[in-house]
Amino acid sequence: MTVELGHAALIMALCLAIIQAVVPMIGSFSGHTSWMRLGHSMAVGQFVFVALSFACLATAFVQDDFSVAYVANNSNTLLPLHFKLSAVWGAHEGSLLLWSLILSGWSTAVALCSGKLPLVLSARVLSVLGAISVGFALFLLFTSNPFDRVLPIPPLEGSDLNPLLQDFGLIVHPPMLYMGYVGFSVPFAFAIAALIGGQFDSAWARWSRPWINVAWVFLTIGISLGSWWAYYELGWGGWWFWDPVENASFMPWLAGTALMHSISASEKRGVFRSWTLLLAILTFSLSLLGTFLVRSGVLTSVHAFASDPERGIFILAFLGIVVGGSLLLFALRGPTMRSVTTYSGWSRETMLLINNVLLVSSMAMILIGTLYPLLADVLGMGKISVGPPYFNFFFVPLMSGLMVCLGFAGFTRWKNTEGRALLKKGVLPSIISLVLALVLPIFMMDKLTWSNYSLTAVITLLLVLWVVTMSLEDLWLKSRGKLSSLSSLSGSYWGMLIAHIGLAVCALGVGLSTAYDAQKDLRMVPGDTTELGGYQFQFVDVKRIEGPNFIAYRGNVEVRSGGEFVVSLSPEKRNYKSGGQVMTEADIDGQLHRDLYVSLGEPLGDQAWAIRFQVKPFVRCIWLGSLLIGLGGLLAAFDKRYRRRRLQKSVNSSSEGLAFE
Amino acid sequence: MMLRLPIGLALVLAATVLLGSENLVQFSDESLRIRYQALITELRCPKCQNQNLADSNSPISQDLREEVQRMLEQQMTDVEIKYHLTSRYSEFILYRPDVNKTTYLLWGSPVVILLIGLIVALRLNRRNTVQVVSSGKTQIDNESRLAELLESGEDEK
Amino acid sequence: MNRIALFLPLALFVVLTVVLLLGLDKDPTELPSALVGEPFPVFSLPALHDANQILDEQDLLGDVVLVNIWATWCFACRIEHAMLNQLEEQGVKVIGLNYKDNREAAIDWLKKRGDPYTFSIFDERGRLGIDLGVYGAPETYLLDAGGTIRHRRVGVVDDRVWNNEFRDLYAQLMDEKR
Repeated sequence: MTVELGHAALIMALCLAIIQAVVPMIGSFSGHTSWMRLGHSMAVGQFVFVALSFACLATAFVQDDFSVAYVANNSNTLLPLHFKLSAVWGAHEGSLLLWSLILSGWSTAVALCSGKLPLVLSARVLSVLGAISVGFALFLLFTSNPFDRVLPIPPLEGSDLNPLLQDFGLIVHPPMLYMGYVGFSVPFAFAIAALIGGQFDSAWARWSRPWINVAWVFLTIGISLGSWWAYYELGWGGWWFWDPVENASFMPWLAGTALMHSISASEKRGVFRSWTLLLAILTFSLSLLGTFLVRSGVLTSVHAFASDPERGIFILAFLGIVVGGSLLLFALRGPTMRSVTTYSGWSRETMLLINNVLLVSSMAMILIGTLYPLLADVLGMGKISVGPPYFNFFFVPLMSGLMVCLGFAGFTRWKNTEGRALLKKGVLPSIISLVLALVLPIFMMDKLTWSNYSLTAVITLLLVLWVVTMSLEDLWLKSRGKLSSLSSLSGSYWGMLIAHIGLAVCALGVGLSTAYDAQKDLRMVPGDTTELGGYQFQFVDVKRIEGPNFIAYRGNVEVRSGGEFVVSLSPEKRNYKSGGQVMTEADIDGQLHRDLYVSLGEPLGDQAWAIRFQVKPFVRCIWLGSLLIGLGGLLAAFDKRYRRRRLQKSVNSSSEGLAFE
Repeated sequence: MMLRLPIGLALVLAATVLLGSENLVQFSDESLRIRYQALITELRCPKCQNQNLADSNSPISQDLREEVQRMLEQQMTDVEIKYHLTSRYSEFILYRPDVNKTTYLLWGSPVVILLIGLIVALRLNRRNTVQVVSSGKTQIDNESRLAELLESGEDEK
Repeated sequence: MNRIALFLPLALFVVLTVVLLLGLDKDPTELPSALVGEPFPVFSLPALHDANQILDEQDLLGDVVLVNIWATWCFACRIEHAMLNQLEEQGVKVIGLNYKDNREAAIDWLKKRGDPYTFSIFDERGRLGIDLGVYGAPETYLLDAGGTIRHRRVGVVDDRVWNNEFRDLYAQLMDEKR
């Protein structure tokens, strides 16, 4: 009964979404206020029904209702309760329902927070969001209904959730990621509304900005959680594989980052308006493209969903209508008026433009690399693979360039900044960074030879220290060296500073863990020891243990450093009862300056086991940095300015304390 | 080297040698191991879902790793090893696609996109630089217009 | 900005959509063989039924043959086996390549399920498999009388696959031989 209720609620939500898409839009042209207002209540109603539908599916999981095909395929009576709940979005149908839920959630947020907006604008924004909801609801109901029954004879036992997904990562990663993906539908809807209304003023930019920031924060956190999850769960110690599915989430992030920066110029200076609109459309389009790539089966991936070309056709048609339609609208109604506002030299506008060029080039490079195997196949040029060596080859220099520019971020002024003044500010930081970057790697060497002196580490440190010292110098100058004046700096400024330093911390993790990564694959019998990266690992034994729904071999490895006991690690090799899948569960001792990563391989006979040892210096900084980036975005999103009703007199405030608004 | 290490550590190191724990993959020359690692991370497992030979545990990956090891011991160069494998498993197994006429677009377009982007950015900048010099009045007009726009936005709240 | 320039994103998107649409029909997991049109690799391996009998690529010459890679650990091979028996009855010459298997188990399997193979090559270490670019059993190669590989199928050969991919080519090669 619950299942039918869920299905009915979904159909009801579709009906409300149709009204939300159609009525306010007509009202916005005919001038009927009540029609325009209807969108707000429809959005809330739609959210209630999708949430009800979602709750029904969750109930089916909790009650082990295997008469529902989706539950039978992705759950099992032995599965712990928290995994039963997260299994709701563990596969295609349920995760799509989560998409819909989050989309209606964002629509509701817009409906509730749009009091300050002109009614015409908010009505159109909600109408666009409603139209997207209609597409997803149709997709769910016609190709991917999670409420389909297995008739006439339901199985007694479910076939279990993929063991890779039986993890804390599944509980947090998809919801966060989707909050980001779907969140970009809001700036997209703002952009479409602006194109329809022909209004792209600074007010419009100001209204969309907080939404962009919040969605971007979720996407940032979602991606880094995914990377962390892959790192500890897949068992071989990698944290980014340039896999199509990862790229699918990273492209909207890069476009969104470019959008966040360009819209600040659009708001403050009225420049780059068509570019900002295009980026808003592009970011959400890339989210949709990601959905297509992940669910259609056109590309192979380590983390792909069960694919289905029929679904692919549906999403592609939807993509064609949404993206094609909005780009057509952009082409017809986009602002051709040349921005009359002027800027010159190394002004903030110029720097933001360079930032955008680098970010969008990176995005385009990833798009090309990801789709090229498909293109080659379609053009009959054979099957080729494009992997990490290609992406790193371009991405590393592009990001290095970005970090060099980023150092100047705080010092630039709107309209005009003198190049010479900028260079002057860079003198001290560049000297400090250069000296430290050359000296610090020496302390990472266990013996003094040139071959141990890592060039990768020098370049990493140079870039990282450059960003950090420049940011701190800027902070020093802006606060005039007084602690008391720190609190007068705006939330946006703090957000920028923390996000930029976060990027530096992340780059530190990437660079140093690459430069000093140490790894050994050994054959060991209990009692054997080995030395790696200054640590001694002793393989003590392997025991057979029983988990809730698996049997495992658990190894015991004791780690010492200079004779001192450090930690005892227990990597496992799990055998899941229901499906018979074998999983490698690595054990990790994580500290800020290094991770010890041990994974248990195959038994080799005579009590011997294959074991992989890895020491990864500073790898944790990657995710710590990402969190800082997210925190920065959050601070900027909740800048008082967006909530202040009082008119800000100085639009063009380039005074020291309020420089980056 | 031993001189720089604490005595305890040196003892443990000596013990390591005594207690064994041999490498899973044995090489006659340890410099081959570095090339081996580099090769197997750049070669794709032909059967798996987008994994390299180093990370995959499928039987075919194990066989191909052995094959790479065997070829390294035969003093074959990296290029020869890659050729040996692509002539059997096609270009598909290279994660770093060769630069040839089917991949010019792949390797060239990021560079072209970046250059076009930078040229457009610089041209926009130059054009605007001229305007700063020539039309001080426009600038003032524009600022007041911007303020107006914002004000009207505030009124609608 | 020029109005024409604003159409550029739309144009790029249309191109992208066409590529994606065409890409939907392609199977990304299917690998082309680098060896189609090439001679069968040189090898020297024992026969399955007689460890002392050494077979090499010369033994594949003179007839249009199917070379089928199989193993007792391969689940899909069980499904395929009936089809191979049927082909053998129709007079198709099928040669087995027993891939990374146990000799006794393999002989036993053929006793139980019937032996469609004129002879089986015993590739215990999978070395010939690597030279062929095999990445999983079953796989089937069609060789012309001169020993050149003309077609390759990864996965099970059933009625549909035979009719779609092999039958006409096989008939053509038989004609060529005459």
